[in-house]
Amino acid sequence: MSKVPADLKYTKSHEWVRALADGTVEVGITDHAQHALGDLVFVEVPEAGRAVKAGEPCAVVESVKAASDVYAPLAGEVTGGNGRLGGEPQVVNSDPYGEGWLMRLKPAAGALSGAALLTAAEYQRVLEAEGG
Amino acid sequence: MAFIPHTQADVAAMVDAIGVARIEDLFDEIPQGLRIKSLAGVPTALNEMEIGRLMSARARADGAPLSFIGAGAYEHHIPAAVWGITTRGEFYSAYTPYQAEASQGTLQMIYEFQTMIARLTGMEVANASMYDGASATAEAALMAVRANRKSKAARILVPATVHPHYRRVAVTTASNQGLKFEELPYCTAEGITPSASLARYEGQDITALMVQQPNFFGRLEDVDALTDWARARAILVIAIVNPTSLALLKPPGEWGARGADIAVGEGQPLGVPLSSGGPYLGFMTARMEHVRQLPGRIVGRTLDVAGREGFTLTLQAREQHIRRAKATSNICTNQGLAVTAATIYMSLMGPQGLTRTAAAAHARTRELIAALTRVPGVRLAFSGPYFHEAVLTLDRPVAPVLKSLSNRGILGGLDLSGYFPELGNALLVCATETKTAADVECYRAQLTEAMQAARAA
Amino acid sequence: MPQREQLIFEYSRAGRGASDQWPHEADPAALADLPAALRRAAPPQLPEVGELEAVRHFTRLSQLNFSIDTHFYPLGSCTMKYNPKACNQYAMLPEFLARHPLAPESSGQGLLACLYELQEMLKAVSGMEGVALSPMAGAHGEFAGVAMIRAYHRARGDLKRNEIIVPEAAHGTNPATATMCGCVVREIPIEPEGDVDVAALEAAVGPNTAGIMLTNPSTLGVFERRIEEVARIVHEAGGLLYYDGANLNAILGKVRPGDMGFDVIHMNLHKTFSTPHGGGGPGAGAVGVGARLVPFLPVPLVGREGERYRWLTEADLPQSIGRLSAFMGNTGVLLRAYIYMRLLGREGMQSVGEYATLNANYLMARLRAAGFDVPYPRRRAGHEFIVTLKRQARELNVTAMDFAKRLLDYGFHAPTTYFPLLVPECLLIEPTETESKDVLDVFVSAMSQIQKEAEQEPARVTTAPHTMPVRRLDDVRAARQLDLTWKPTPP
Repeated sequence: MSKVPADLKYTKSHEWVRALADGTVEVGITDHAQHALGDLVFVEVPEAGRAVKAGEPCAVVESVKAASDVYAPLAGEVTGGNGRLGGEPQVVNSDPYGEGWLMRLKPAAGALSGAALLTAAEYQRVLEAEGG
Repeated sequence: MAFIPHTQADVAAMVDAIGVARIEDLFDEIPQGLRIKSLAGVPTALNEMEIGRLMSARARADGAPLSFIGAGAYEHHIPAAVWGITTRGEFYSAYTPYQAEASQGTLQMIYEFQTMIARLTGMEVANASMYDGASATAEAALMAVRANRKSKAARILVPATVHPHYRRVAVTTASNQGLKFEELPYCTAEGITPSASLARYEGQDITALMVQQPNFFGRLEDVDALTDWARARAILVIAIVNPTSLALLKPPGEWGARGADIAVGEGQPLGVPLSSGGPYLGFMTARMEHVRQLPGRIVGRTLDVAGREGFTLTLQAREQHIRRAKATSNICTNQGLAVTAATIYMSLMGPQGLTRTAAAAHARTRELIAALTRVPGVRLAFSGPYFHEAVLTLDRPVAPVLKSLSNRGILGGLDLSGYFPELGNALLVCATETKTAADVECYRAQLTEAMQAARAA
Repeated sequence: MPQREQLIFEYSRAGRGASDQWPHEADPAALADLPAALRRAAPPQLPEVGELEAVRHFTRLSQLNFSIDTHFYPLGSCTMKYNPKACNQYAMLPEFLARHPLAPESSGQGLLACLYELQEMLKAVSGMEGVALSPMAGAHGEFAGVAMIRAYHRARGDLKRNEIIVPEAAHGTNPATATMCGCVVREIPIEPEGDVDVAALEAAVGPNTAGIMLTNPSTLGVFERRIEEVARIVHEAGGLLYYDGANLNAILGKVRPGDMGFDVIHMNLHKTFSTPHGGGGPGAGAVGVGARLVPFLPVPLVGREGERYRWLTEADLPQSIGRLSAFMGNTGVLLRAYIYMRLLGREGMQSVGEYATLNANYLMARLRAAGFDVPYPRRRAGHEFIVTLKRQARELNVTAMDFAKRLLDYGFHAPTTYFPLLVPECLLIEPTETESKDVLDVFVSAMSQIQKEAEQEPARVTTAPHTMPVRRLDDVRAARQLDLTWKPTPP
């Protein structure tokens, strides 16, 4: 069973979102996603300053089996990517919700409240429907 | 027949084990109306002796005329060991090296090839090859679009001096994905791409610039100026190069101040026979920063669970990966046997052998040009430096002259009038180390007669 | 098997060389006209080794490989049949090897006759009206096929048709090819018995349908029993049918794709027509088309006027999708396919379909009797079939990958693993017609042995192979710590 922390929000494409105290959000991929991919060999995160739309592919995670796009969960501006992942992509596998965060965004006005994000329970149901 | 070893006893035991009466019962799921009784239109079988006679007769009919054609395929001496080893069953009938433990021979050979071709081109990483130089060029354009984040336009500048077939293949392959190829005019007096051609693209969003060296005419382009122009404008540089020439000419990794981004070309000159156009191999190399955009197979060295070195296919996740609605590739092959031959060839020739081959080819072409331009009505088209092929202009249409030469057992070169009508009666000729001084003299003499006969008519 | 062989670079010594292979030195003055700014500063760093060293090195490398000449390769979807030596010998006659691609047709009538007759024979076995030989691999042929479908619709002004339907069990190159051609992929499900879900197909077709890509027998190893209905549905909706010829070996000489309603087909000459796999290539992906698509064939192809053969180019086919190859494709490979087809003749080709199917059904029956599970027990196998090891994975923690690796120790190359993705822990097994009953029986014994090991001594299987030049390799390390070219260790 994969871990789904209750205090985060989720997307159907297996990203998680954490609201930070300073109004930005932190984004990563879920435990289910990292498990499905297997050992990550490469992670590419966006540069600070880049504007993204909701649903826009903005990062890449690559394992031996597959390479997947990671989609921006809401519109905004990237404030930074996790520079540690260039040399240690495996951190996403070992700590997907903590040290394995991918990027931080400053949401566009109204983007966070307006975003169609799932609660932990709703994401859990998505996983069950997928058989994961 | 059909290399099928089964005896009647075998068949009987097998249908019995399956639980049917005869082989035909195994096709009972296929609608009767679809099953054919026999293959009309296919001749009856020949045995090996008969097919041998037929093929020998056809080969003899084609003969082996003295050839001075280059234009993207070059005749070089191929040491006997190259195909002697390449056609060993363990290379010839091996599968793609997906099960690495059973394929260390192929994998290590490819790793050695990648190393040699990267060094030859002065670049940092190579893949295991594409189908040919033309498809490698097309893939390089697609790769440049993926790799150049700053450009949104998917516009590729292609000098008219790039091989015309390569340009066509690039369009056929990549235009369905929205790439736009724009032709850069060349200077008809000089036969190269002037920097002035680039001026009108100043300030525009261009993704990549292609440069072929030597170019299709055999002329040497000002690669440093062209490369620096592109680099200064965040335009990626795709070099298209001849591998033999790289023994003498500055490799793309050293063009301009910081080198090309991607270098491709036709690997046929490295130990692969002309064979009417294939199978050849397209080599593809790049700077390390672009490695994840490199299509095709790549072999890497790693360790096994016992800590010993071994080789395996790597970076495979990119192969069917669809990224950012930008260009993608479906290629999942490499030219296996041709790569094996090239690797053995490069090992046998080494730096000295390849340098001598390049020098001998250049020297022989110079002799050829000197001899042919002594024939009345024949001039050298471009006065600047060339490498191992060059363009001549004749005072009359080329096609009848070539036909006359062909009747005398000489293939004089490639008629350019269909490809470049603005050059008039132009003929592309090439001589490599396989031609002797006597061959050159033979061509000169036959050409003189052919031109005189045409004049008299 | 022999142990490891060092890298060619490790044999290199300054001053060594196979000098018998080098031309004589040219007069340095001959290079004076090459501008200094364009000259290479130092010679390229290629290995410096003698001829015997090179020969020994590459011969030893070859001995580290499995190959059809040495091992049984039951690789599903790859058709690893015997590559007759005659095909190589006669394709490599010196005149064929020496001919320049741009040599005039007058000095190529022998070659062109072979290629023309190859086109005709491929038309006959596929039931098509036109064939082009220039695509240089299966995926290249796929690209040509889908590009022709698009060109056909565009030529009729039907610009909305950009959807390609693909069954969920399709090979990865199918949707990749569709995308490469600027199309959108629509997947449809498979029914429990392995056929395409016809109701889902009916719902999926419409005015945007460019076509459907199918293999028959499918990637699951079973015949698409309702193919005529599928063809009717797609054609009525205005789409075309594309046949992926990967599994042609199952029906060669028994059924023709053209008769099933397919409009375009690619054939893998390196599978069905036994040209060598060569450690990854070169292949050839000839395409065949029905009458509607003939004008769009890629150029060049061979035409005949009376007794003379010539190349047909864009001038002859103005609606052609264009040129795919610098010259005319993998001619040497095409010659090998031609020789193979002449050796088989019409009788031999019929036998191919029959005995490939016999061998597959026999092997399936024997493996089932030995206790292995097949996902489609009520279906006939085509030329290949699937065994699923999901029970072994669940009960014994031994996977399809583990079986595959242990088979190497028994002297068999593993079958195809984990494809199709639809069936968990699967082995896709294709014996081909050139294997004898004896070989198949030994393979069944090996599989039974490995099953026993999995039950009694699973570590032996999960840590296999044990007898190969290397043990299991660290793929993750290979991708994380990229070592793609050799660099000398600093002193």
